[in-house]
Formats: sequence, structure tokens, C-alpha cells
Amino acid sequence: MDGSAILARLRGRLGARVLETHEHRGDHTAVIAPDGILDALRYCRDDAELGFDLLMDLTAVDYAKYPGREDGPRFDVVYHLYSVPHNHRVRLKVPVEQDAASVSSATSLWPIANWLEREVWDMFGIRFDGHPDLRRLLLYEEFVGHPLRKDYPIDRRQPLIGPHV
Amino acid sequence: MGVGTFFTSKLDEALGWARKFSIFQYPFVTACCGMEYMATACSHYDIDRFGAGLPRFSPRQADVLFVVGTISHKMAPVLRRIYDQMCEPKWVVAFGVCTCTGGFYNNYATVQGIDTIIPVDVYIPGCPPRPESVIDGLMKLQDKIAAGAQRY
Repeated sequence: MDGSAILARLRGRLGARVLETHEHRGDHTAVIAPDGILDALRYCRDDAELGFDLLMDLTAVDYAKYPGREDGPRFDVVYHLYSVPHNHRVRLKVPVEQDAASVSSATSLWPIANWLEREVWDMFGIRFDGHPDLRRLLLYEEFVGHPLRKDYPIDRRQPLIGPHV
Repeated sequence: MGVGTFFTSKLDEALGWARKFSIFQYPFVTACCGMEYMATACSHYDIDRFGAGLPRFSPRQADVLFVVGTISHKMAPVLRRIYDQMCEPKWVVAFGVCTCTGGFYNNYATVQGIDTIIPVDVYIPGCPPRPESVIDGLMKLQDKIAAGAQRY
């Protein structure tokens, strides 16, 4: 299916919960309101025309101090979906406020979301509601903070052994 | 030696000579340098010529620790324990810039040189080092072993 047709189909289903759509060099993106993301993902997976059976990536972006977005929501959680039978892709984004820093978990839809969401929690400190086991994935339990947040000091080191250089 | 000839040596030198040609390495491989380590260890470059052809995958049976690849802070206690488990005399080779200094990883995750955790005898820089550098480093280690330079 054509990318713009995918976006139109999403908009038809979710209405105002699709906040914005755009296309850049053949990549199509829909920005979804936080309360609609689980419905959007489930629709993408289960609708026969869309058929997005593969969650290729789930990650996040910290827009703190990003030009033009000083007052907007701090984070975006980004979903990259791919359909093996139809060979098409779409990207969904959810804006996340700093204070809430929480999104519905996609583990019930794609088991791979379990580890991807743990990584996002580890690196960005975004919680996922309904996640069965939200622990750090890559860093050690003793680590304090979330290193990919823009306000994590670039020179802060937390070694388990050895000098603090 | 024919009949009636003899040679003298010191026990230390004889031991050093024997040890330098019976290097049992423990390859602690964590990253891409491992591919270059494998290339060096296989038949084309043939480190068996230097008596180092038999890696032991148990630190208790090894006497040279090859640290091959980036060491993260999460991995550092593991590396330290592996080192502590090795019997003496023992030597350590830092293979690649990441183990020497952290390389280009100066971030929250990476140890800035394994010599902040364990003592190192030979540094082999490179990203990754070519097999020729590795063999050069191995020969420098042999010189060190033959000279009896070991830590107890």
C-alpha cells in the first residue's frame, strides 16, 4: 500500500487522535496522541490491508532544548513498523510529557517490545504502563539516571570498580 | 651437542626461555578486535610458531590474558575476576585501542583503559591492530617473559 494511503487509513480509523502526519523522502510518519497509541498499533497489526506484522524498532528521542520545541512535550517514543506480506512501512510517534514520562506498553502486541521498551526505560527513563518486567536492559542496576537524556552530564562516570575518571 | 660439550645457564633464564615458548593465552574477546585476533591465531599468520598456538578457555589453565575488545563498566568486575583466577606467573596483553585507552569511546559506558583495573604488560594499539602488530606485541611479551619480568 502507498504510504499516503496508509496515513489516510490511520486517520480514518483514529480521527483526531492522529495529531499530525508528514512524509519525507518516501518515509511516512503519523504522530499519535498518547491515549490512542495502543489502538493505533493494534489496528496497524490486525487490519488486513495494513498487515504490519513486524515491529522493527521502538526507540525514543529527547527534544529538551531542541530549537522550536522548547515548550512542547519533551520526548517522542518512535515505532517503526514493517509489513512482511505487503512490503510497506510506517513510522508512528507519540509525544510524551516529561512529568508523565509514561506510554502504554506494546508487549501485548509484539513480544519484542518487551526488550525494546526496557532499553528505552534504561536510556531515557520513560515508563511503559502494563510492561511485565520493566528493568534496565543494558546498564547495571547500580547505575543512577538515564544516560541518553540530554540533561545527563556528558562527563559523568559511574564505574563499578576502578577510578572515577 | 656432541660428547664432552656442555653449556651453563641460570635457572631463571632457563625458566624464562621455557616459558616464552609455551604461552597459553586466555582470549577475553568482547568486540570486533576478536576477528583480527582469530586471523592472527589461525594458520595464515600462525602464532603457533611462537609457542602460543593453544588458547585455553579457562583462566585457571592460562598464563597470558589477552583482553581483546572494548571493556564496559558493566564488564569490568568480570574482567577483574578472570584476572584474579589466573595462576601466577601471569601476564596481560591489551589488544586494540579500546583496551589501551578506551579508544574513541569516552562515554558513560566504557572503561578508559583496562590498566585502570588490572596491570598490563604489553599494549597493542590499532583499531583493530593488524596481525603484524599483534605478532610484534607477542614477541615483545616473549622478551619480557624471558627476562623474568613478572608480577607476583
